[in-house]
Amino acid sequence: MALKMSDFKTDVFVDWCPGCGNFGILAAMQMAFAELGLEPHRIVLVSGIGCSGKPPHFIKAYGVHTLHGRTLPFAQGIKLANPELEVMAVGGDGDGLGIGAGHFVNAGRRNVDMTYLMHDNGVYGLTKGQASPTLRLGLKTKSLSKPNINEGVNPIALAVMTGYTFVARAYAYDTKHLKDIIKHAIQHKGLAFVDILQPCPTYNNINTKDWYAGMDRINSKTGKPNSRLYKLDEIGYDPVVHESNEDFKKKMVALEKAQEWGDKIPLGIFYQNELVPTFQERLAQRIPFYLSNPPAKQKISEETGSSAAILEQFFEELKTS
Amino acid sequence: MVKEELNWMAGGPQGSGVDSAANIFGRACGYGGLYVYGRREYHSNIKGLHSYFHLRVSTREVSANVNDVDLLAAFDAETVVRHINEVVSGGGIIVDKDQVNIKIFSIPTLPHEFKKEFRQFLEKKGWSDSLSDLLSEAERAGVHVFRIPYMDLLKEVAAELGIEQLSKVTRMINVLTLGISFGLLDYDAALVEKAIASIFAEKPKIVNMNILAFRRAYNYAKQTFGNSFEHKLEKTETTEKRIFLSGNQAVALGKVLGGCRIQTYYPIIPAADESEYLEAHEIIQTTTDGGKGAVVVIQTEDEIAAVNMASGAALTGARAATSTSGPGFSLMVEGLAWAGNNEVPVVITYYQRGAPSTGLPTRHGQDDLRFAIHAGHGEFPRIVLASGDIRECFYDAAIAFNYAERYQLPVIHLIDKALGNSSQTYPIFDSNQFKIERGAILNETSLQGAEYKRFSFTENGVSPRVFLGTKNGVHWYTGDEHNEFGHISEESTNRTMMVKKRMKKLETIEKEVPTEEKAKFFGDKNAKNMIVSWGTPKGAILEALDTLSKEGFSLGFLQIRMVHPLPKEYIAGTLKNAEKVIDVEMNYSGQLGGIITEKTEISMSFHILKYNGRPMTTTEVYTALKHIMLNQAPKRQVLTYGS
Repeated sequence: MALKMSDFKTDVFVDWCPGCGNFGILAAMQMAFAELGLEPHRIVLVSGIGCSGKPPHFIKAYGVHTLHGRTLPFAQGIKLANPELEVMAVGGDGDGLGIGAGHFVNAGRRNVDMTYLMHDNGVYGLTKGQASPTLRLGLKTKSLSKPNINEGVNPIALAVMTGYTFVARAYAYDTKHLKDIIKHAIQHKGLAFVDILQPCPTYNNINTKDWYAGMDRINSKTGKPNSRLYKLDEIGYDPVVHESNEDFKKKMVALEKAQEWGDKIPLGIFYQNELVPTFQERLAQRIPFYLSNPPAKQKISEETGSSAAILEQFFEELKTS
Repeated sequence: MVKEELNWMAGGPQGSGVDSAANIFGRACGYGGLYVYGRREYHSNIKGLHSYFHLRVSTREVSANVNDVDLLAAFDAETVVRHINEVVSGGGIIVDKDQVNIKIFSIPTLPHEFKKEFRQFLEKKGWSDSLSDLLSEAERAGVHVFRIPYMDLLKEVAAELGIEQLSKVTRMINVLTLGISFGLLDYDAALVEKAIASIFAEKPKIVNMNILAFRRAYNYAKQTFGNSFEHKLEKTETTEKRIFLSGNQAVALGKVLGGCRIQTYYPIIPAADESEYLEAHEIIQTTTDGGKGAVVVIQTEDEIAAVNMASGAALTGARAATSTSGPGFSLMVEGLAWAGNNEVPVVITYYQRGAPSTGLPTRHGQDDLRFAIHAGHGEFPRIVLASGDIRECFYDAAIAFNYAERYQLPVIHLIDKALGNSSQTYPIFDSNQFKIERGAILNETSLQGAEYKRFSFTENGVSPRVFLGTKNGVHWYTGDEHNEFGHISEESTNRTMMVKKRMKKLETIEKEVPTEEKAKFFGDKNAKNMIVSWGTPKGAILEALDTLSKEGFSLGFLQIRMVHPLPKEYIAGTLKNAEKVIDVEMNYSGQLGGIITEKTEISMSFHILKYNGRPMTTTEVYTALKHIMLNQAPKRQVLTYGS
């Protein structure tokens, strides 16, 4: 039986502020799961702390709401112990690029086959609107007493340079496009990162829904707003590394695109490379049966309770008589 | 103390092959049916600073060092200076002939504090600062000094091998001193050659070179010194199957036995050897799954990732562990609390070392008992298990997973540098003593029809688990307080019930886990003098106890193995009639003693403590206990042996 979006709903009250971009992200996730026909029990959603940490409770699938910044270590541990699970990590930009920045970088080095969605709104919402890592230098959002004194991190550029093999950006209010990107990310072989621009209606009064929509730049002839967002596939951008020798070039192009901000903000896939072996494949090189019999599936004891492990090989090495 | 044993020490700059020499020595003794206990001491340094290995060889099982050295194999002058006072009368020192004229204080690697102390020693004795004079003084005190032409012998070996570069053979000084040692001790050379072949098994060329160097030195010692050294080492016949292994290796083996299938770690001394050993042996033989299994070892970016990755893995049903020491455990604390709150069966192997902060990275300590018991904000159940010797390290590493899964909580296996890095001979471990117990688990079939609640309120506090990915069992975890489904809940009634449910597990553990798994008693049950201790001091205490009982002193020794939850009723019962309770542990404040007093209201009459970074020896524990027995001891004795 085909799955519906409603199959992924729980009865937990969704307690985000009215108009929050998270609603769009939640809906896009549920739609993507339904369209891909992923049964709830096969999915594990792993989240960090903050408003972005709550989606697992609103989605009917296995949910692991973890610690601030530790989303990726938990998610990788789950996936590596049982690669049959569809693991998706979600977290805010503060979670992934502030307190969890070390994990962000090192997850790239591994390229574990899973998906990572970043709710990117430039503020720490749940703690009342402090500046978060993607907020640009000099910006003063609503609850800041002084303009932001730190430079903003570029999540796309960072992901491209640290080894993520699928790097994309989407917009929380363009749910259909976001859903499509999430589907691509899930289907990608390797670590997929999606930077989701998400207005925070309560605390980010600069990068608002209206700002993204270009309500401040009405075309005098048509009377319509001139949106700041555009889609990479509409300009014929090809993010895919088809042969390994073009990897560097594709990365450079992606980095260049990642610099665009302000008047023109690209959405879509910046970079994709399935030629890089996943961490699971690297493990399978060393442990040939790793994928067919991963840690979570191994039978560790016999019916009698005796351990399945035979220690003779170790004793043979250590024996003195 | 006992004559059927020999204490051999090898020392030299880090990177000069002290470890290999000691391993060869230990194995060669093992091949000859002898038991060995070896303690490894090294600086936090890659090359150049002093390191040594103190091996005790005996005809019976030994688990501690004594203060004496019978034969010192010095690769360099510094080793002589640092250890000359440990060599007993009648013992020997093997030294490079070309180095004996060195001025002691010109040795660049001797630290300021050591020089100051040694200068005072020399001044008090009225001796000069020449190594040669120091050696002559030792000879006057009855120590044999064997001045060996290291370079001449190595040149001969180089010539025989057709090697022109002398630097290629100077790294065999270690094996050269082995040859001299075994020649003096008149031990079977074939057994040593077998050990050399086994240590360098992967490199046949190296085996050949080393055997040649060994033989040359062995024959040199025989020809030059004949039978002049009174200490001899004799092989014995044994049919028993024995192994020689380190604590790090024992823990790794225990984990394999216990069903561990994923281990995460961040490099840290003295824990990393365990993970590296596991990784090198990642594919294991099994009686299931077509005969093969694997322990997936993952090096993470930090200890925060290590503990959380292990917790994530544990939620899938894989038995998962991580391994670290104090600084790493400090980083793991938030993850520990998450695991406690979410009832995750994760095992953390915790090798204590001298603390606080970076402290003594390569040295020993038992400073972290209270930290292991209390780490993490809030109240949540955990088990802290402390092994007292390398054999216990093995069994405890396995049983830790049973506790973790049966009670769904983090288990901290608390050991230390001295246990981890020491090596010892044992009769082969019996794997059949151990059975895997996984606790309450529901699967797809048993879940059918009912609504599953991960954190259902139960009598004993344990709610049946479901592994991530199981059909019909979707549930949630959160670090927030949660309801039975695992969803966030701030409701006050739920909070009261959920805290109580989690904490209830401690009572269940106290009720269910048999006393013999939590504590061990040695000696006289009715003794008026009772020792309490945990961890490494066990070996020294048992030997001291043995000697004291032969001298007519009656003592009992209560070794606490489960330090949390503490078996308080058993402890109270055992100690209730004692007149003197003697706390022996390796920290400043007597942490276990304090905890026992807190839980049982029994106070410690005496403390024997040590915190200089070196483990307690049998000699010093014996002496300290004897002072107490003779009513000559202060309430608090602090031991200081070891360089």
